[in-house]
Amino acid sequence: MDFVSGLRCRECGRTYPAEALHVCDYCFGPLEVTYDYERVAATITRERIESGPRSIWRYADLLPVADAHPVDLGAGFTPLIRADRLAAELGLGELWIKDDTANPTGSFKDRVVSVALTKARQLGFKIAACASTGNLANSVAAHAARAGMESVVLIPHDLESAKVTMTTVYGGRVIAVEGSYDDVNRLCAELTSEQPSWAFVNVNVRTYYAEGSKTLAFEVAEQLGWQAPDHVVVPIGSGSQLTKVAKGFHELWQVGILDEEPSVRISGAQAAGCAPVATAFAEGTDVIRPVKPHTIAKSLAIGNPADGWYALDAIRSSGGSCASVTDAEVIDAILLLARTEGIFAETAGGVTIATLAKLAAEGKVRSDERVVALVTGHGLKTVEALTGAVGPTATIEPTLEAFAEAMGDEFEPTTEHAARSAR
Amino acid sequence: MSIKVRIPTQLRILTGGAGEVSVEGSTVGEVLKALDAAHEGFADRLFDDNGGLRRFVNVFLADEDVRFLDGLSTPVTEGQTVSIVPAVAGG
Repeated sequence: MDFVSGLRCRECGRTYPAEALHVCDYCFGPLEVTYDYERVAATITRERIESGPRSIWRYADLLPVADAHPVDLGAGFTPLIRADRLAAELGLGELWIKDDTANPTGSFKDRVVSVALTKARQLGFKIAACASTGNLANSVAAHAARAGMESVVLIPHDLESAKVTMTTVYGGRVIAVEGSYDDVNRLCAELTSEQPSWAFVNVNVRTYYAEGSKTLAFEVAEQLGWQAPDHVVVPIGSGSQLTKVAKGFHELWQVGILDEEPSVRISGAQAAGCAPVATAFAEGTDVIRPVKPHTIAKSLAIGNPADGWYALDAIRSSGGSCASVTDAEVIDAILLLARTEGIFAETAGGVTIATLAKLAAEGKVRSDERVVALVTGHGLKTVEALTGAVGPTATIEPTLEAFAEAMGDEFEPTTEHAARSAR
Repeated sequence: MSIKVRIPTQLRILTGGAGEVSVEGSTVGEVLKALDAAHEGFADRLFDDNGGLRRFVNVFLADEDVRFLDGLSTPVTEGQTVSIVPAVAGG
């Protein structure tokens, strides 16, 4: 049994029942799930969570759907890794990486899709659909297969090849659209009116879908010993994830799981080629002007971010910051994270780490803070971005001599080897 | 001139269920005002207190967001379609 009390418009406050609704009929504002927090607080305990499954479903009391057998590939409860070597490079103190590359399809989207399709199935939907920059496509196709649902996934035609393969392998229908993500998104929004029997995870069941991102905050707090961090750096595509991470920390306190009211600074990371939120932050305005994206960080290439205002509000009200980084900085950051911590991130993760570096250099992320950076997708999804940036040290004949030549001074044969070759 | 307007589910209550209606107008703004004149209630849903588009209302002319064109002043020509689409997101 869930603790949902209904849906509420974030703009005008009108309330709705917990059905497949995503925007307010009156003003088109996004709907937000509301919970009976008193009832949650009376049920939830740290022990209850800790004895739950090692997945997002250990936090079911704060998710918008209850199901003994959710649509689940094991999303969530990903490692939180102390990153001392990266911290030293950036001049930071206590730094942690939330490694969401470890999710079943390699990105944080498994969190939101597991929630969305569990709710969609409960609402009676048989077909799962979405508009996607790639990571969501992977996850919807996989979870739909797992649930025995049909899937229809719409993607921009120029996605990275791994993301296309990782979507098509599951056997659903995949439609490549000749246009940008914003074009695909608009098409899906219109399709939702024509195909009301399809669950578009990020359109008509988005209200539930978005709630899955709160589990990032829940896990970080649990993994830090039921404490909120001081500062979290979150990438911004639509702005939904950042908004929900902020909500997640607050909810834990609201239901009595955290002892103190958290004051987590939330900072946003964008690619310079698609930075409508960072631009509005820098200009000190509430007006988010849509842009035509041009960046290697395709998973963040949303030029008209629907949750941008709320992300901006969460950043400003928490005392956080927001910045954007160039494609070259993104690649450097991917390599830096891999070299220092052994984590291979996709371009969005590069955006987060490059922005973290920038904010640290500017003193906006401080060395006396406990900092968490969200690395939300696996590097294997975007290997094209590293073309020319990395490669083998040398290509050689299979002989010791060739190896010694390739390694130069770094290779000293052992005495035994040297003796043998002298014989 | 007559312009086709595509109506999202949420607003079809104002058009008697129709997903597409035709109205007269020479700019996007005029088309939307004519829509309100033909089916009362649209202006209230689409425009904020200053007469601009509400922030979660997207309007497309021939599949291009009018915010990239000339907004409500964008001229429309015979045969073009205006779409009203609620903002949604999430990569």
